[in-house]
Amino acid sequence: MKTGTAVKGILRIAFKLLVNDKGKFAALLVGITFAVFLMIMMTSMFSGILTRSSATVLNIGAKIWVMDPAVNTVANSIPMPDYVLDAVRSIDGVKYAVPLYSGGALVKLKSGAYQSVTVIGLDDSTLYGRPQLMAGKIEDIFAENAFVVVKDSEFRKLDNPEIGTEFEINDHKGIVVGTARVTTSGLFGVPTLYTTYSRAVTYIPSTRFTTAYILVEPKSDSDIPRIENAVKKLGYEALTKDDFIQKISDFYKYQTGLGINVMLMTVISFIVGLSISGQTFYTFILENLEKFGALKAIGSKGSELVSMILFQATFTALAGYGLGVGLATLIIVTAKLRLPDYAAQITYWNLFLAFVMVLVIAAISSYIGVRKVLKIEPFDIFRG
Amino acid sequence: MADLAVSAEGLAKWFGEGETRTFAVKEVSFEAYFGEILYIVGPSGSGKTTLLSMISGILRPNLGKVKVEDRDIWSLSDDQIADFRLNKVGFVFQDYHLFPRLTTVENVAIPLILKKMDWKEALDVAQQYLEIVGLADRAQLPPVKLSGGEQQRVAIARAIASRPDLLIFDEPTASLDGDTGKKILSFVKGHILNERRCIIIVTHDSRIYEYSDRIMKMEDGRLTGIVKGGSDEE
Repeated sequence: MKTGTAVKGILRIAFKLLVNDKGKFAALLVGITFAVFLMIMMTSMFSGILTRSSATVLNIGAKIWVMDPAVNTVANSIPMPDYVLDAVRSIDGVKYAVPLYSGGALVKLKSGAYQSVTVIGLDDSTLYGRPQLMAGKIEDIFAENAFVVVKDSEFRKLDNPEIGTEFEINDHKGIVVGTARVTTSGLFGVPTLYTTYSRAVTYIPSTRFTTAYILVEPKSDSDIPRIENAVKKLGYEALTKDDFIQKISDFYKYQTGLGINVMLMTVISFIVGLSISGQTFYTFILENLEKFGALKAIGSKGSELVSMILFQATFTALAGYGLGVGLATLIIVTAKLRLPDYAAQITYWNLFLAFVMVLVIAAISSYIGVRKVLKIEPFDIFRG
Repeated sequence: MADLAVSAEGLAKWFGEGETRTFAVKEVSFEAYFGEILYIVGPSGSGKTTLLSMISGILRPNLGKVKVEDRDIWSLSDDQIADFRLNKVGFVFQDYHLFPRLTTVENVAIPLILKKMDWKEALDVAQQYLEIVGLADRAQLPPVKLSGGEQQRVAIARAIASRPDLLIFDEPTASLDGDTGKKILSFVKGHILNERRCIIIVTHDSRIYEYSDRIMKMEDGRLTGIVKGGSDEE
């Protein structure tokens, strides 16, 4: 006789009592799986949208972004005067700083159709933030009317252009000199064109100031706080890549209805899961209450009964969690194969959040069961 | 004279307080010995189940002492009482309380598993007890597939699997027809009772009185007499 095997024996009884009640076990699994599935789908969708909202920041990859403090998202830049670029370049700790143009334009395709595009203008002298080319040569971007097209899920909206394909952009001629891949597609469903900064400000009507962002490479990471302070004194804001992504995320979370809506749906999913699982588990406990009482009469201790119930609740929760994650992953992967614009992405944070919520469901369900079982008196078994 | 198995002294139990206080058992004293089958009989509400619960370590009396093998069981802690029930007492409940989701042999193995026996070893031992009650071939069936008499025998196998000194039966024939009830009691007397075991049975089924060594009569919570073999002894 070993203590470890004895605990295993009790838990094995608990396991058999649970899984051999196939109807209830299935109902419990369905409840938790459904809740996990919904929670992961909701939060994954939100996570995907947030990632896509920072697509330009991720794709350009600069360490520090200088911008107007009122900027909330990368797409809604507020142009800065040229002196800011010079001022930033003169800050101690700045290795180099380059301007970035980001704006929208209309492309007229050969078919005569118009298509909105995002134009990224890269610094002429460095092409800092350029994408990885799949076809063509990057130096061709300096050729007359040259543009590089990002080959992402929006690429087809430009009629799948090839190198040499011509189009009109704001009544200027444009020609595709390369196709590129980026790590993240944009949120708003429009194709992205890369060109030089000078061509972008020439071809696209703009305000008096044209620099959307200044991309800064610090000499070392320790220089970043100093650069941030110096930029702040200029009346502008310098954010690291991560801080800028966080700022964009915060905007969507707290200053649009997106965050609260997703949160509400996640909470509703949680409540649905809790209701189904809690109710089913409670019924399961009620149906077995006399049996637990009999176990108590035979000589089982309260702690052993509690461990049985906790095991049953935890096992169901983890099994449901695994099924829910698997189902959500399957749906998301399938959807992404069929729908290139599908934004959902499962992150460790989504998984962790769903896991915590499942544990809460298990804890609440088992708490109700434990209370019932601890209250049952073996004498009640005799009294029938 | 056989060894003393159970000694109850001035046992009383009441429920509620003040005006709502109701006495279930009033100052009952008796002794039970190893090697005997003692019946506790009486009409419904006479306190026999309450008395049975107090002597088996399930219900704490308000007054009095219960000594099992000269040990005052109600001086023990809750966990010690649970250990006492597990190691010293075997229960056969009126409704058997077998687990429908476990196989018959797993049901019998429950006390052994609670006694921290390895799962496989417990099943092997349980199988031996199923053989004793004549149900070895039913080992892998769920209890719901068994007849009432067979379920009763499974409950007996479970009760004796932990080799208890004291065996408690609560209305063992309540769910059985007359013949099956007699067969069960005959089996208990012939195969389960031994000189190191005391069996106490609560019943009001007079058809099985013949299997008793002594019969303790109760009424309104009081012990009204003890008879032997159906005839008044004291």
